[in-house]
Amino acid sequence: MVNTLFDKIWQHHLVIKETQDTPAILYIDTHLIHEVTSPQAFQMLRDNRLKLRRPDKTFATSDHSTPTSQTNDDGSYNYFGEQEERQVNQLKINCEEFGVTLFPLGDKKQGIVHVIGPERGITQPGQTIVCGDSHTSTHGAFGALAFGIGTSEVGYTFATQCIPQRKPKTFGIEINGELQRGVTAKDVILAIIQQIGIGGATGHVIEYYGSTINNFSMDQRMTICNMSIEAGARAGMIAPDQTTFDYLKDREYSPKGKDWHSEVNEWKKLSTDQGAIFDKHIQIDAGQIEPMITYGTNPQMGIKIGEKIPIKNEEKALNYMGFSEQENLLGKPVDVVFIGSCTNSRISDLRVAANIFENRKVSKNVRALIVPGSHEIKRQAEEEGIAKIFIDAGAEWREPGCSMCLGMNGDIIQEKQICISTSNRNFEGRQGKGGRTILASPITAAAAAVSGMIVDPREFINP
Amino acid sequence: MKPFNKLATSIAVIDIENIDTDQIIGSDHLKITNKNGLGQHLFSDWRFLGSGEDNPDFILNQHVTKHSKVLVAGDNFGCGSSREHAPWALLDFGIQAVISSSIADIFSNNSIKNGLLPIQVSKEQHQFLLSKNAKPIEIDLVNQLINCEGEEFQFDIESFARHCLLNGMDQLDFLMDHLLKIEDYEKNKDAKEIAHEV
Repeated sequence: MVNTLFDKIWQHHLVIKETQDTPAILYIDTHLIHEVTSPQAFQMLRDNRLKLRRPDKTFATSDHSTPTSQTNDDGSYNYFGEQEERQVNQLKINCEEFGVTLFPLGDKKQGIVHVIGPERGITQPGQTIVCGDSHTSTHGAFGALAFGIGTSEVGYTFATQCIPQRKPKTFGIEINGELQRGVTAKDVILAIIQQIGIGGATGHVIEYYGSTINNFSMDQRMTICNMSIEAGARAGMIAPDQTTFDYLKDREYSPKGKDWHSEVNEWKKLSTDQGAIFDKHIQIDAGQIEPMITYGTNPQMGIKIGEKIPIKNEEKALNYMGFSEQENLLGKPVDVVFIGSCTNSRISDLRVAANIFENRKVSKNVRALIVPGSHEIKRQAEEEGIAKIFIDAGAEWREPGCSMCLGMNGDIIQEKQICISTSNRNFEGRQGKGGRTILASPITAAAAAVSGMIVDPREFINP
Repeated sequence: MKPFNKLATSIAVIDIENIDTDQIIGSDHLKITNKNGLGQHLFSDWRFLGSGEDNPDFILNQHVTKHSKVLVAGDNFGCGSSREHAPWALLDFGIQAVISSSIADIFSNNSIKNGLLPIQVSKEQHQFLLSKNAKPIEIDLVNQLINCEGEEFQFDIESFARHCLLNGMDQLDFLMDHLLKIEDYEKNKDAKEIAHEV
């Protein structure tokens, strides 16, 4: 019997198989929670007088509503408003009451939930991982089956450590070849979404594989898996290999000593068998991919940076963005540059951005925000001297959090402002009402920050 | 959760593809710690003008559709964020069913757990319904039938979702009924993990 990576993890976690009438019951190894989608689920436990079944498998952090500005002299936080503060405090109260490990605001282990899961070694190959957040697909980079759930299912996981699920289909995306200069994992995933569409993987779990993926670091793999949801996929995953094991070794929650070796031996079995068939399959030639930007109001509306906006009857989106068909966006002035989010806020993202900021200044018309994904990354960037490069260039070096990816904490752009953003969604109003988001890689974003306009980032990179 | 059986109402059509959950309920309104009052913010960037007044062009502000309980929307409705605030907002506003040619997975899952019926129809049926703004519609979940302007067609729905909607039950009871199996699974798994560590 040959199986896909997905099938192996799925079968291993079945408490009950699905029938015609009822879904499967899937066991969850790791439950990650944050302040926005968990309060009503904790309340459900109280209302039903239920215990949280496995606090040892539940990990919490605050990231969405948290301020990214410096603390005040007295150590207090500049919350955007009372609601944000209440939400963050409520998570603390809930975690204390139900015995959940929390990496709270101010803690040196705090950060964006999808950044700290891997960073702490909580995310491991072969696991099932859920979180009330659609970008949970990020963790699939480690060969885990990881997907976003709603608050009801957060509650179900609290109460039973399981969720009901119908088995999704599988979608193999094979990516081979070497990336061109100036092209990043972000450009690869934007090109894939542009090709298959925002609903192209609905009902499917994607497995990414091929020589390009094999050569990617874990940070790059996380960027790819992170945006699987932007093609509608339930999850995205990549088989674990030596790169994965090297990343996880000696992390706080990684297995240690003898356990480490036996786990790695198990993890090595987690790959799609030769001859296994995906329900859908495409091949991508990585060598053909160029730096990508979006021009519209969802992530499938992407173009190569020098291309004209296509004629596709996307009038509503183009009106919103203030662009027109056949327009070339090179030279377009930008107002804000945001480098951050669970897609692109890791140390390697900051390093490539810093290479461009070094010995340059942020254009006087641009506000540039650099928001590291976690305190650990922030500390590392400060040690490496990267933070100083950003500060010297005139960028804002901020505290970790989701920040301007969705602007819940007050980090927003103004109406009609154009923001080049390394985040994952360019939906209408995502970064602030009437704001215009252009998704791009950290290199493209950094090049725009120092140029004051959209430019081809390859101009900044020596051949 | 209210059981869903039959619904007779009028249709409100929003003929826009890929309506994401950020449009259904913006992140400004995710800061609550309960589920109350989200209906007033449903589609707020589209429903209200900058001044805060109703946008007269928006479908749910128009006399003939403002009380519609069925939304017929463009392809891939509910994509994006996993926020369950989206179905909470729709239900709180009075919408009880959403029809499209495809509906995003997480949104669909979340809807079912709250008694909001997501219906996926064929491309032709979708086109037909998109042309029926403000017209009467009947949805019969028991027989899985849609009736509109003399046309009747059957729709598919996953059997367990149908069962839960018809009985007004969320899915926690189903899981709780299997707690012994869950315990067995955990014992087995823990035993394997211990054996494995030795």
